[in-house]
Amino acid sequence: MPVGAKEFINHLFGPVSYTVFGVFAFFLMLATYRTWTKPVVFFILNSLIVIFFALSWSDPNFNKIVTKPDNIPIVALIFIILFFMWLSFRQAAINDERMENGMPPLEAVEKHERVLVWPDLVFIEFLSAIIFMVVLIIWSVGIGAPLEEPANPTKTPNPSKAPWYFLGLQEMLVYFDPWIAGVVLPSFIITGLMIIPYCDKNPKGAGYYTFKDRKFVISMFLFGFMVLWIMLIFMGTFLRGPNWNFFGPYEYWDVHKAPVLNNINLSEYFWIHLLGVGIPTNPLVSELPGIFLILAYFIITPGILMFIPVFKRLYSNMGFLRYSLIIFHFLVMMSLPIKMILRWTLNLKYIIAIPTFNI
Amino acid sequence: MASKKGDIGRIFDYISNTQAWKSIFRHGSPDTTRNRSLVMLMNVVLHLHPVRMRKSGLRIKYTWCMGGLTFFLFLVETITGLLLMFYYRPTPEYAYIDIQYLRSDVPLGVMREIHRWGAHAMVITVWLHMLRVFMTGAYKPPREFNWGVGVILLVLTLLLSFSGYLLPFDQLAMWAVTVGTNMARATPLLGHEGPGAAFIKVGGVNVIHAATDARALLLGGRIVGASALLRFYVLHCIGFPLAVAFLIAVHFWRVRKDGGISGPL
Ligand code: HEM
Repeated sequence: MPVGAKEFINHLFGPVSYTVFGVFAFFLMLATYRTWTKPVVFFILNSLIVIFFALSWSDPNFNKIVTKPDNIPIVALIFIILFFMWLSFRQAAINDERMENGMPPLEAVEKHERVLVWPDLVFIEFLSAIIFMVVLIIWSVGIGAPLEEPANPTKTPNPSKAPWYFLGLQEMLVYFDPWIAGVVLPSFIITGLMIIPYCDKNPKGAGYYTFKDRKFVISMFLFGFMVLWIMLIFMGTFLRGPNWNFFGPYEYWDVHKAPVLNNINLSEYFWIHLLGVGIPTNPLVSELPGIFLILAYFIITPGILMFIPVFKRLYSNMGFLRYSLIIFHFLVMMSLPIKMILRWTLNLKYIIAIPTFNI
Repeated sequence: MASKKGDIGRIFDYISNTQAWKSIFRHGSPDTTRNRSLVMLMNVVLHLHPVRMRKSGLRIKYTWCMGGLTFFLFLVETITGLLLMFYYRPTPEYAYIDIQYLRSDVPLGVMREIHRWGAHAMVITVWLHMLRVFMTGAYKPPREFNWGVGVILLVLTLLLSFSGYLLPFDQLAMWAVTVGTNMARATPLLGHEGPGAAFIKVGGVNVIHAATDARALLLGGRIVGASALLRFYVLHCIGFPLAVAFLIAVHFWRVRKDGGISGPL
């Protein structure tokens, strides 16, 4: 691949363009789910990724990061996750079209048919266990489990990465302090997942693949799962290098790469740049604008959202308590992309900066 | 009828009529609906399954077999993990050497590989299982509770993986776990760098400091050292697996009691 092209791609994988492009691709995927799930289109999409890998293979930096034993599952995950997104949206597209033509979804056609578990199911279970075992053994014989130097508390590797499935959380550490990124947000991911069945009051869409019947819920869940979880894992694995700096896929992991700019707190913006006075010494006063903003975000936005028809319908279906719970979790989730954008555009560090309580 | 069978058929008939066979399998060979039902009902392992099920629940395209694969991987991890335990001592002096030994000198030395790649695969299959349950709306009533059980299983799977990550006690392990557990330091109220911890005082003395906070509880000290290794080992080999095994039993039981694999109403 020519050097110019590599540089262009390195830029494309910068934090801002990677995320903006990813979000754009995500919504495009939802909007055009009937088109891209056509087998031919999906095959071409997949081939493009394979070609990208093939062309990049000879690049030493790319090759190094992609073939690291612990990263191989994540390379596989790119294809696996695409395949299963395809599988569900393909079936959704077929079912949605059937239902538009007055036919039941495919799953309903045989809904009264019952089969015996022995032998039908037990046979399938047995077969998939064997196939999977073979795959696992081949994988294990082919690729040795990594073992680095013995643990050494005095020698910190750069970068120190958490296990790959936690890299989404580690990425959040860039934008939030550890007590939010490591404790509060993960807890809300768990509670957020748990309340889904109790808040989703849509009677349609149970037991068959569909997108049309549950557009809003599916978009919200997948935004969290695909964009804020899976995409951040890819980013943390392949694009984060020494000092947690950003590196393009072909870039050498230079330990001395210039650190990022100094970030500025909201209080500084407000008191110094806007009012032209010094920052008040009492943190409770100086942080008032931030405190106000956060409260407004969680208290006023739910009301404002009610002017949007989708949210209004949500409210009338769910009632006050469920609506508040869902919207609260929704706002917590959206705080991550919001903070990311603020960081990139305004170099904003903290909205509230009271020692040990930074948001 | 017996005359039509070949030698093997006759031998099988003979075996399945012995007292020993009949004491184990209390039904004839599974060639009638009645006997096939009995297979499922009389076997403690298989009876987690129902006897009959929706045809659509059988379709790979519907379930992707992902829950089943997750369970399968859990079994693989249990078995390979047990074999690894024969060779592994959870102390800083031995842990690393034992892993090296496992790799070079133990017959059938792929156990560690299978265990590690299986753990990676299990994390992926749990996520995909959750994705398919979500995309089919299978969490809707009456399956809300089972979704909740699933969420806990998801967290436990990640914890299992994470606690195992430390055990080789190499640089990768130590620092990944350091990064991971550093967050506990910032737990609100319970971590010594977390908000509010400074306010918890008894007689003017801070209760929460580096040696008493949530992270110290996790690691058994201030650093990732001998006691952290032991704690992670015990949790990894006994604590979490027991919890997962129990919850999987609940999970499967509820799949049945909620009416089997979901399908359109
Ligand atoms: C150790 C982890 C887990 C194991 C071994 C497991 C296993 C299974 C199995 C074997 C089934 C039968 C249907 C199928 O294979 O899809 C099932 C169904 C189900 N699982 Fe899981 N599961 C796990 C984690 C989860 C998670 C993380 C969730 C969701 C957050 C979940 C929610 C459900 C629900 C709601 C059903 C019923 C689906 C239906 O009726 O269509 N499970 N699980």
